[in-house]
Amino acid sequence: MHLIEKILGERILVLDGAMGTMIQRYTLTEEDFRRNWFENHPHPLKGNNDLLSLTRPDIIREIHAEYLQAGADIIETNTFSGTTVAQADYHLEHAVYDINYHSAKIAREVCDEYTKKTPEKPRFVAGSIGPTTKLSSMSPDVNDPGYRSITFDELVVAFKQQTEGLLDGGVDLLLVETVTDTLNAKAALFAIDMVFEERNLTVPIMVSGTITDQSGRTLTGQTTEAFLISVQHMPLLSIGLNCALGAEMMRPYLQVLNKKSPFGVSAHPNAGLPNEFGQYDESAEMMGEQIKQFLEEGLLNIIGGCCGTTPEHIKVISDLAKNYSPRTAHLDKTHA
Amino acid sequence: MPNQQITLQLSGLEPVYVTPESNFINIGERTNVTGSRAFLRMIKEDDFEAALAVARDQVEGGAQIIDINMDEGMIDGKEAMIKFLNLIASEPDISRVPIMIDSSKWEIIEAGLKCIQGKGIVNSISLKEGEETFIALAKKVKRYGAAVVVMAFDEDGQADSYERRIEICERSYDILTKKVGFPANDIIFDPNIFPVATGMEEHNNNALDFFKATKWIRENLPGAHVSGGVSNVSFSFRGNNSVREAMHAAFLYHGIQHGMDMGIVNPTMLEVYQEVDKDLMTFIEDVLLNRRPNATERLLEYAETVKGDGKKREIDLAWREESVENRLAHSLVKGIVEFIDLDIEECRLKYPQPITVIEGPLMDGMNIVGDLFGSGKMFLPQVVKSARVMKKAVAYLLPFIEAEKNGKREAAGKILLATVKGDVHDIGKNIVGVVLGCNNYEVIDLGVMVPTEKIIRTAIEENVDVIGLSGLITPSLDEMVTVAKEMQLANLNIPLLIGGATTSRVHTAVKIEQNYLNSQTVHVLDASRSVTVVESLLGHKKELFVNTLKADYAKLREHHEKHKKAKKIIPLSEARKKALQLDFSAEKIVRPKNLGTTVYNNYDLNEIKEYIDWTPFFQTWELHGKYPAILKDEVVGEAAEKLFKDALAMLDKIIDEQWIEARAVVGIFPANSVGDDIEIYSDEKRTDIVHVSRTLRQQSEKTALAPQLALSDFIQPKSLNENVDYIGGFVVSTGFGVDEKAKEFEKDHDDYSSIMVKALADRMAEAFAELMHYKVRTEIWAYATDENLPNEDLIAEKYIGIRPAPGYPACPDHTEKTGLFDLLGATEITGVALTESLAMMPAASVSGWYFAHPDSKYFGVGKIGMDQVNDIAARKQVEVDVMKRWLGTVLRD
Repeated sequence: MHLIEKILGERILVLDGAMGTMIQRYTLTEEDFRRNWFENHPHPLKGNNDLLSLTRPDIIREIHAEYLQAGADIIETNTFSGTTVAQADYHLEHAVYDINYHSAKIAREVCDEYTKKTPEKPRFVAGSIGPTTKLSSMSPDVNDPGYRSITFDELVVAFKQQTEGLLDGGVDLLLVETVTDTLNAKAALFAIDMVFEERNLTVPIMVSGTITDQSGRTLTGQTTEAFLISVQHMPLLSIGLNCALGAEMMRPYLQVLNKKSPFGVSAHPNAGLPNEFGQYDESAEMMGEQIKQFLEEGLLNIIGGCCGTTPEHIKVISDLAKNYSPRTAHLDKTHA
Repeated sequence: MPNQQITLQLSGLEPVYVTPESNFINIGERTNVTGSRAFLRMIKEDDFEAALAVARDQVEGGAQIIDINMDEGMIDGKEAMIKFLNLIASEPDISRVPIMIDSSKWEIIEAGLKCIQGKGIVNSISLKEGEETFIALAKKVKRYGAAVVVMAFDEDGQADSYERRIEICERSYDILTKKVGFPANDIIFDPNIFPVATGMEEHNNNALDFFKATKWIRENLPGAHVSGGVSNVSFSFRGNNSVREAMHAAFLYHGIQHGMDMGIVNPTMLEVYQEVDKDLMTFIEDVLLNRRPNATERLLEYAETVKGDGKKREIDLAWREESVENRLAHSLVKGIVEFIDLDIEECRLKYPQPITVIEGPLMDGMNIVGDLFGSGKMFLPQVVKSARVMKKAVAYLLPFIEAEKNGKREAAGKILLATVKGDVHDIGKNIVGVVLGCNNYEVIDLGVMVPTEKIIRTAIEENVDVIGLSGLITPSLDEMVTVAKEMQLANLNIPLLIGGATTSRVHTAVKIEQNYLNSQTVHVLDASRSVTVVESLLGHKKELFVNTLKADYAKLREHHEKHKKAKKIIPLSEARKKALQLDFSAEKIVRPKNLGTTVYNNYDLNEIKEYIDWTPFFQTWELHGKYPAILKDEVVGEAAEKLFKDALAMLDKIIDEQWIEARAVVGIFPANSVGDDIEIYSDEKRTDIVHVSRTLRQQSEKTALAPQLALSDFIQPKSLNENVDYIGGFVVSTGFGVDEKAKEFEKDHDDYSSIMVKALADRMAEAFAELMHYKVRTEIWAYATDENLPNEDLIAEKYIGIRPAPGYPACPDHTEKTGLFDLLGATEITGVALTESLAMMPAASVSGWYFAHPDSKYFGVGKIGMDQVNDIAARKQVEVDVMKRWLGTVLRD
């Protein structure tokens, strides 16, 4: 049994908040995304945040530390777009291994520092595996619904590479997140399972889907329940939801997971919904109010933040989480 | 392992559970090239649309899973499987059910597994090729996350006896659960359904052995399920559907009795066991259960007498009976292409020109799609489907449109569309493309993730007339700003359209427009509006359109500035803590003299007239000032006086000649508050809740001691003892007869009188409401029997108690009207009806609630937060988006 599996039944674990929001606080230039690594790359790189683990590790380290300081038990590596599929937009497919390896390594180091400081509160690194930029079960072309811009096999290759880099860099667990297309997630799990078999090891896996709106469905049309069933063949540490919705709107779907999931349940909602300028403006206190409700209902084992959340949010969440017991439904769950 | 389940869980877009308690699960059999010649022909001829129709038909007909088989020597089975599954993924009304991938070739099965996002079923694997292969394949199935059908087949061949069946199934089960770690619940055995009544003696026990093996499996292999291809059993009766269907019904009946919980059937042609002719059933059961030696001969003999087509399939084609316009709308909303050519041809003949078919019924249908999508009642895949139907319809019409133009089809303009850099969402943009294309615009679609330089370069090279940017994710908003800036720098002079889910008029006005002053930027709310916007931008009225827009956007910016400084709102939970706490002791509550409803028909108009508040009447005519002072006003006094004279003259006629009729219903009911809700009961027992009124609470930040009001604060909270409070409601109207009269005037081109009669009817309705409130206070409820106030004081609301109306400040939620009307039976009693926007018809009507507590007062709810919208939507059990729309004006954005 992995340490985190044991702790999961004892207390609510806190995941960190947004990486992008924090990076925006630094005013970065194109040069910041190139330093020492991609000076002569012929395409613009600004906005490719994953590269900062290589070119500005100081910033990524600082952000991780801020979240750990705020009380996060788990921090996510800066690898949301660390697949060849996503990096192809920047013609940086060849940088994928470095991105994952170094991102994991940075997070590992910061985490270990904090675990040393407070051994009673061990910290964990989750390797972030994003959805890529392509859907495998939906056509990008209205007139050709049978067309696919990416295949399952291509995704498996990409996710496998990412998983290997993350494991080599020393992550404690893997987080397949922001699942908009369950087939993409299944490819990620397929790849992870292959790596596990090849290396004869396992690390805990978290899966987190994205319910896009009040229809209660993923982008590719699955209900929360159908999504849960579709990824249940892997023994997961937790299943949960993140992004697209604020805490309040996520609640009904978390209740579904609470009722049906044989695994732990996680949530990392956005700081509310974006306003008309695309900014998330729900304050830490407002978000805390809503999250308190989840905790009172005993819906969760892991709670954190997605778009727009900051160490301030995580601090509030972490302070709250201490006062509540984790969801235990999955421990004695033998049937749906 | 933590994920031990006692149920088989499957999913398409929606979940399916196979539990010990669930009824038999139908697996649709018709999308199978080996079982259906028609389906094979469709696949061979590459007619995938027809093939999809077969799949849809099965789901509509009750299939909970669909079996898909492409094993045919003449087709590339792997390619056909991939293509069909990918197409199904775009059809939410098919892909909502799980898929069973059926093939004897692993290569085809694996290709299929790579296409389905849900948890499907592999059909099948077996020990036929030995244990090693079996284990390898089972591991793969598990890794792909599917359940599996295991055939009773081993190295020695297919099981054909009871003993062989259970022997193979047990061995398979042990290998799967012990060596592979396959979840037992994901195992489905197919113990082979073979034909009976073949005339060969060794086949006589085929059905019976299946039943017995099924029972054994369910009792001895925990978790495992049993399925089978049912049509096999009646193979001997090909051509005699009556017998076949009866036989299937009987087989299923006994199969299910023995524990068969799934089966591959034609769900649209299932006969009900009880409905099969008794004699026929006896003959069939004799065969299935091998009950007598000559069972087969007897059935064959009897079968000759019942030849027929069997049960006629009933699919719901009622919508085909409707008007062609409705049929087109149905096809668009449901994404059905099957009938589109037929319906479009009918429309083409009906409408003056082919283009008007597009502008009329097709655009109407697309608008419905837009609305449903906007309100969360359709989701993305369905919208994509609708767009495809649209495209097909237009494709049919295009040759006719071109022919009309003597072969020369000149585009109305060239439109460049692009999803901005960093964003991959393009469905909305594609729909805009389709819609514009339908309207004869040439669309250059640059696709997704389009860099700014490419947009600008293409715009110049292609000399486009309009550029449209789209994006769904929020960072795209900033990207659009960048594009606008670059367009300005490049000195382009091409109108810019902004669209996509997170875009807004405000954002366009505040953040984009000012960065691109060379030309106009327009926010386009949805695809259906894109045509009018483009037409306006390219047509001769461009200047007017642009100027109006500029002014609008300037206003939005100004408003936005002010808005930012506006008062804060507090969370609903905080506001609730500051609810008003009233004294509900006995002396504050008066038991109504009359409970229930009181109805008034043809009420005396003379009496009503005395209660008129004339000030708003003058406002209607844009004369501002208080009555009666307005009559002496220096500026408008003369006009007011004249108007007043005409008004009184007409009012006399209205009353004398009975132009209008006054009707009212008022009701008083026991009520108590529960939080922000008011429960209304049928009687004093207070157990039968006839309606719950959901009130809104103020959320604008107030000083520490000021309460955050909701109407429910004025009603005694429900408690265990001493519930004594009441609420009233009313609907009054003086509008009956008004429209007819107004039309008479209009016919005579007498607009003045027409407006006058409507304005007077409105005043009379308000007066009637005032009068009724007086009656309620003094006679019906009678909580203020000694009231004696002159009309001015009534107008100044000096009476005790209030009568707030839904849609007005204390109760801005229009949807509350529905409940009020139902409670009073208002529509039946008075004839006042609600439109779909919840306006009252006739217009000269007033409705509202009565609160009698001496401390109840009028107030405005003001701006509320999204938390309250969510809350009230949940309380009302309506969709948040619907509620949000109704409350849009009070929602603080």
